[in-house]
Amino acid sequence: MKYEGKKLVWRDYQKEIAEDHYFYARSCIRQTFFPGSEMTFLRILKDELGKDVCDGAHHTSCTGIGYHSDIVPLETTMTVIARQFALMTEAGYENYAASCITSFGLYTEIIDMWHHFPETEDRAREYLFKATGREFKVPKNLAHASDIIYKFRYEIAAKAKYRLVDKETGKPLKVVEHIGCHYSKMFPHKGVGGAEYPYVLTGMIEAWGGEVIDYPERRHCCGFGFRQYIVQANRGFSIACSKKKFDSMEPYEPDMIITNCPGCPMFLDRWQYALSEMEGKTYGKNGKGIPVFTYEEVAGIVMGYDPWEIGLQVHQVPAEPVLDKIGVEYDPDKKFKGPNGEDLGRPVAPSYLKFYKE
Amino acid sequence: MSRHVAVIGAGAAGLEASSALASMGFRVTLVEKEDSTGGHVKDWHALFPNRRPGAEVLDSLRKNLDPGVNLVTGKPVSAIKPNGKTFFVESGNDWQTEADAVLMATGFSLFDARKKEEYGYRIYDNVITSADLEAAFSAGKVTMKNGEIPKRIGFVHCVGSRDEKAGNIYCSKVCCVTAVKQAIEIKEFLPGTEVFCFYMDLRMFGRHYEELYKEAQEKYNVQFIRGRLSESTEDHNGKVILKVEDTLLGKPLKIGVDMLVLMAGMESPSGTRQLRDMLHLAKDNDNFLIPSDAHLSANISEIPGLFYAGTCTGPKNIADTLADARSAALAVAKYLKS
Repeated sequence: MKYEGKKLVWRDYQKEIAEDHYFYARSCIRQTFFPGSEMTFLRILKDELGKDVCDGAHHTSCTGIGYHSDIVPLETTMTVIARQFALMTEAGYENYAASCITSFGLYTEIIDMWHHFPETEDRAREYLFKATGREFKVPKNLAHASDIIYKFRYEIAAKAKYRLVDKETGKPLKVVEHIGCHYSKMFPHKGVGGAEYPYVLTGMIEAWGGEVIDYPERRHCCGFGFRQYIVQANRGFSIACSKKKFDSMEPYEPDMIITNCPGCPMFLDRWQYALSEMEGKTYGKNGKGIPVFTYEEVAGIVMGYDPWEIGLQVHQVPAEPVLDKIGVEYDPDKKFKGPNGEDLGRPVAPSYLKFYKE
Repeated sequence: MSRHVAVIGAGAAGLEASSALASMGFRVTLVEKEDSTGGHVKDWHALFPNRRPGAEVLDSLRKNLDPGVNLVTGKPVSAIKPNGKTFFVESGNDWQTEADAVLMATGFSLFDARKKEEYGYRIYDNVITSADLEAAFSAGKVTMKNGEIPKRIGFVHCVGSRDEKAGNIYCSKVCCVTAVKQAIEIKEFLPGTEVFCFYMDLRMFGRHYEELYKEAQEKYNVQFIRGRLSESTEDHNGKVILKVEDTLLGKPLKIGVDMLVLMAGMESPSGTRQLRDMLHLAKDNDNFLIPSDAHLSANISEIPGLFYAGTCTGPKNIADTLADARSAALAVAKYLKS
């Protein structure tokens, strides 16, 4: 592997990411999958970096999952997106920050479509106005939330309490980065680092002390793929995709996986449990799995946030092996306690995947 | 005093045309951007279809270069300036000549395989180009990065050719037969090595090319798989993992090879395009120079006194390039004598 070759590719795919004043559009599914992630993003941006972020309550789904599943017609998608942009415009913002990869891809696609076929934008404006009386401006800057964390990765590193380094050996943790398919595969120049060798997560990992693993199935889908999972009959294909990735990364003995898409951490995390139940196979050492994180969670870990405050207890593959390797201080007894100390109960341990510390 | 012709580019076309023009009594200045003559031929270990050493053809072209030709090397031409019935040909501010006619024999540049990012050239250690393999043959050593002998090699046809994503929709003509030739050379050089060629079509347009293709299959057991590579990656052992569809079987394939050879196509060089734009010559989608008539005046440009020879007007093999160069010399002579 020639690292210099990748750097040449990355040089060709740099994008403008706004410095401040973001209109933040949350994801439909992340708040149920990994509820601490978006909160951690806002905490870092607002409290640590002093940025202005509008976290409005009125936006809806972008329709992305329905759009890619052929349930929602294009005109409806465009009108819904026009409404999201109208909310941004009304709030006095020009920089749109999407929490979801599919939303980011869909916004990029619609803006590109409007650019090439202006009559479709006129139609979306007309539908929106007729339905809601709203008008909108196309965002001056569109970024995925991971672009923003990438932009401020060194500022985060400067404030960080921990690094992605083995506290015992001083060696960097081995990290698999997994990029959501809709981030840059459709529009390579809209993603940091392009489509083939995206840099957005690699840049964070490097800035925070880790080492990135490049493995053969790096580009492969996590297994969500919408139709692979949403159509129940296809779920075998979904788990097969995830298995293909785990089998491919296993020889590198990764310490963790970091993702930037709502679905990917869900599937890479939960399918490890399912695979262990189906085949008795686990991908970490000694019956453990490979912990899977969102980039906000990793940012929160290096910032020294309480792991249970950022929601790491909802992971199927326990995060503790990584926390222990880094040397993160945490109270194991608080893992299954609510914010007010109430007992939330303890999950049943899987048959093979080690869930509780021995 | 005899009329003066400036020939730009001392590759196969430029050398051949210069000799032809000099032998017809014209004063010829042959200007080459590099320090030596020969263009791409000097980098080619052996030529198809008979696997004759490239050096043999080049030595002959160099030896036959008329001694009257004024050879100027190390001067990339930066401007051609029409001046009434003559032209000023310049290389920066330090070299200039005035000529009655200019023959552009500026050749081609190899497609930069890095642009096909998904193939991993200059990223994965054992992904090389057809030009790199020729250099390896010349050095007498075909090994992987770790020095070991590759046991399995894949060739990818049409890298940067017939590829809209790469910006080149045309066929570079010679890559198919080059892959077949190199596959056979590998089998002779490394008899125990398996060879796979991944192709869209096999365009064996020249005499004896088809026979070479047949020989590769029957005698050398080279495996030809119809399907375009979608991506390559590297595993923890340094093996190159390929994802490709076998379109005859209708099945996706995943295959590991020790070395991947990318058959880089031909492109119009950036220097040629700059001169074209400077002279306000018409542009084509493929960026190669456009003759005034593709059939009847294939060497004549839109500008009286400016001529083309060789691959500056499109991909050609060496035999066609040399024939084109002689044809161009005749066109120049006809113009200067009229």
